[in-house]
Amino acid sequence: MNILKFIESFTDEKLLNSKGSRRESFNQFKALGTNGAMSALPLGLLTFASGQKANAATTAFAATAETPTQALQLALTLEYLEDDFYEMALAMNNLIPAADRAVFEQIALHENAHVQLLRSALGANVIEKPEFDFTVNGAFDTFTNYQTFLALAQAFEDTGVRAYKGQAGNLITQPALLEAALQIHSVEARHATQVRRLRDRLGLDNIKGWVTGDSRGTLPSQTQAVYNGEGNTNQAGFNTASVTATNGPAIPSAAGAESFDEPLSGTEATTIASLFIVP
Amino acid sequence: MKNRVNVKEVKSGLQDRRSFLKISGLALAGTGLLLAGCSDDDDAGGMAADNQLPGVRNGVFDLGGGDLGILTYAYALEQLEADFYTRVVNNNNFTSVFSAEEQEILVDLYNHEVVHREFFRAAISGALNGDTARLLPNLEFDYGSLNFGNRLTVLQTAKTLEDTGVAAYNGAGRYISDVNYLLIAGKIVSVEARHASAIRDLLNPGSADFAGNDVVTTDTGLDVARRPSQIISEVAALDVVQTQFTAQFLP
Repeated sequence: MNILKFIESFTDEKLLNSKGSRRESFNQFKALGTNGAMSALPLGLLTFASGQKANAATTAFAATAETPTQALQLALTLEYLEDDFYEMALAMNNLIPAADRAVFEQIALHENAHVQLLRSALGANVIEKPEFDFTVNGAFDTFTNYQTFLALAQAFEDTGVRAYKGQAGNLITQPALLEAALQIHSVEARHATQVRRLRDRLGLDNIKGWVTGDSRGTLPSQTQAVYNGEGNTNQAGFNTASVTATNGPAIPSAAGAESFDEPLSGTEATTIASLFIVP
Repeated sequence: MKNRVNVKEVKSGLQDRRSFLKISGLALAGTGLLLAGCSDDDDAGGMAADNQLPGVRNGVFDLGGGDLGILTYAYALEQLEADFYTRVVNNNNFTSVFSAEEQEILVDLYNHEVVHREFFRAAISGALNGDTARLLPNLEFDYGSLNFGNRLTVLQTAKTLEDTGVAAYNGAGRYISDVNYLLIAGKIVSVEARHASAIRDLLNPGSADFAGNDVVTTDTGLDVARRPSQIISEVAALDVVQTQFTAQFLP
């Protein structure tokens, strides 16, 4: 689409801050005490958050992402994280082998562009970059061990895919924003698959470019929250694991969940990112 | 004649088909130009009025408008993808032409696209409340001289189909009014993007092509997104879909 038109649509604060009927109905929902996003926090996420930085709720950015502005602020936080992560990794002398640099330079290029785009889009509502600790208080040798770097890269990209997906509904009243978010979303998916396949090729994991079930493979246990719920086989009441082939090889039931990526709520995505943010 | 996939009875004369589609392609390009001049405020969306439901009009199936139109449009694309990979994995030379890794990926893509197709068939059928005449029929495909036993041809066609799928879902999202349908489209498009990434890397391993500059704009980091009318015209130009349909109510 026309990029100028797109930026213009972003910088209209009235649009960004509009509280349409969706917001109102969300509040009504909360008033009834049935806010699923808050009450049904998966157990794995609690585990993920219970490390040294358990107090995720104190971080500065929007935790629930109900409005278009909050959705973009959450997106920007995740893009800051990825952008910093790849920039620091590429600056290390002996971390990324020459053969893989083209891949990570391309990913870094996109994450940086996403940061710039979202900052412009947010205008006066921009949030500044938090301070990141990708070692999580020294628990991960992120920038001295290529395998650890790759593991976190995969977790961040798969998180990005799910987080943008979870925000699409919050942008439904803003067609230009929604389209841009979808266009970033699919780029994150391209990245995720490349990193997953690279880890597989290097023998670090036995995984595909797509997520199978809820499996984190050989990633550290702290990343399980990134994959919880991915094994869902119920799409609008249709059991994706029950598809049978009419004219071709049998279709394994695992293909059902692989065929659909699942969203993360704003709270879930925030909790994952918070592990790497210095409070 | 808007958004019409002009097809014909299956003929052996490839030349005839090409020239026929050339004409139809021109008609579609003209439509695209008209659409480009419209304000975004005119975006169609929402539930289709009764007179925009999918179904046969003047003897030809029309995809319809509103959310049901978008779902039916996605169903048509998934039918194409599923059919293509079914032929790929059923080809006699499949195991000799492709490496073990390529076979695994192509079989997965076959699995996923068949699941997508069957999902849409069920979801649309449900939304139509048993009005089966409004369900897009099984489309017929003819790939002409496309050699399913040629590795490069298959992978390049797969790349085109997957990138087209990404552009189609990305460009259709803004026309979906039901948040649940939007989420479903989001769940599928990232899997299509994962496919595109893998196929692109098979074609040029270790390069930046998995998210290449031909699909992701470098200064914005944004992936492709194209309107239904544009996608339909591109699909028509592939000269593969044999079943005629129209899309009079899709942007």
